[in-house]
Amino acid sequence: MREIDTRGLSCPQPVLMFHEANKADSASPMDVLVDNEASRENVSRAAKKSGWTVTVKDEGNGISRLELRK
Amino acid sequence: MKHNIFATSVGILLVGAVIGVLAIMLQKMGNPANMGICVACFERDIAGGLGLHRAAVVQYLRPEIMGFVLGSLIAALAFREFRPRGGSSPLTRFVLGMVAAMGALVFLGCPWRAILRLAGGDLNALFGFAGLAVGVFLGTLFFRKGYSLGRSSQQSSVTGALFPLLILGLLALALCFPQAEGQPQSGPLFYSLKGPGSMHAPFVVSIGCGLLIGMLAQRSRFCTMGALRDLFLFKQFHLFLGILGLFVAAFVANALTGGLHVGFEGQPVAHTDNLWNFLGMVTAGLAFALAGGCPGRQLFMAGEGDSDAALFALGMLVGAAMAHNFGTASSGAGLGPYGMHATLIGLVLCLIIGFAHIKRA
Repeated sequence: MREIDTRGLSCPQPVLMFHEANKADSASPMDVLVDNEASRENVSRAAKKSGWTVTVKDEGNGISRLELRK
Repeated sequence: MKHNIFATSVGILLVGAVIGVLAIMLQKMGNPANMGICVACFERDIAGGLGLHRAAVVQYLRPEIMGFVLGSLIAALAFREFRPRGGSSPLTRFVLGMVAAMGALVFLGCPWRAILRLAGGDLNALFGFAGLAVGVFLGTLFFRKGYSLGRSSQQSSVTGALFPLLILGLLALALCFPQAEGQPQSGPLFYSLKGPGSMHAPFVVSIGCGLLIGMLAQRSRFCTMGALRDLFLFKQFHLFLGILGLFVAAFVANALTGGLHVGFEGQPVAHTDNLWNFLGMVTAGLAFALAGGCPGRQLFMAGEGDSDAALFALGMLVGAAMAHNFGTASSGAGLGPYGMHATLIGLVLCLIIGFAHIKRA
């Protein structure tokens, strides 16, 4: 399972990291950790546009795990 | 998943439109023409109001700026998004703020005002907006190469709340020492008797609009720099809808209320030296991009507890003061004596910061 940790990073870096991972492998599942709402929305928006289904799991302390699956 | 209506395409478009209408309303109620809202100009006015520079025509504690921060704070608290954070290259962000303010004051406007100037028919702003786009585009090249100012980390609640507290202090000063009729000073505060600093909507209207915009922008993540950046980086139009809404609403409001005057000459608080209108905004645009937000967005993030964004805003305050103390700010008469120097030095500084923070080969 790929895990992309974007905690502490602000836009556009979380979305760039998603795109990079998506470019390397656009099929196998990945989790993206985000720690702010703007990144959660931006990464979700970008992932859905690339055909992923996104499930958000709240990990507490403001951190969300975005489960990206195809 | 939490649903945030303001973060939808319709939401961001409407937020932009509301900001556009409020900006023109503020102009009608007293703010300078094509300057219903200008974060760089208003921070410059605040610097003057506090006596950090002594340009007599631009001194006023603009309540809109206070409203932006406090409105964002209120929304962030209400929606449990207040997150004290910081520690991502703070001094670099402060310097980027200084450079951004100085570049913007060569053009005479931040991205918000560039759009409002266009919506008022000021064609010089085409050069400013083009410069902004080029500056932001340069920024995206750095991001593509792996540019990063590093991760922020969680901070104490006090650190997160300090900037909003400073803003509350400004608000208290403004309320305790209002302008006395015809007087340039009230207690520790300075007021303009003529020029843009003397032109303002009633305090209550200004702070009310500021609060509303602060809340809406916090929810929608409205960002004028991000609008262009996301377009260049991801071909993503989401934030662009926000500035489109702002432009169209302000344009229509101007057209309906006689505020539309198309041309280059005689535009309010503007000059026609278009090479430097362009280059000033290249510098500012690159600084905004490298710092991750337009000057408005930095204030909204500061209201959410981001002390790095707060430092950028403080850098803009200091940069705006220096722009007048050092003669780098333009005026309606044209460039300041050192405007070109500041633009180019600022651009070089941004490039150095950009190259120095590329994390991978």
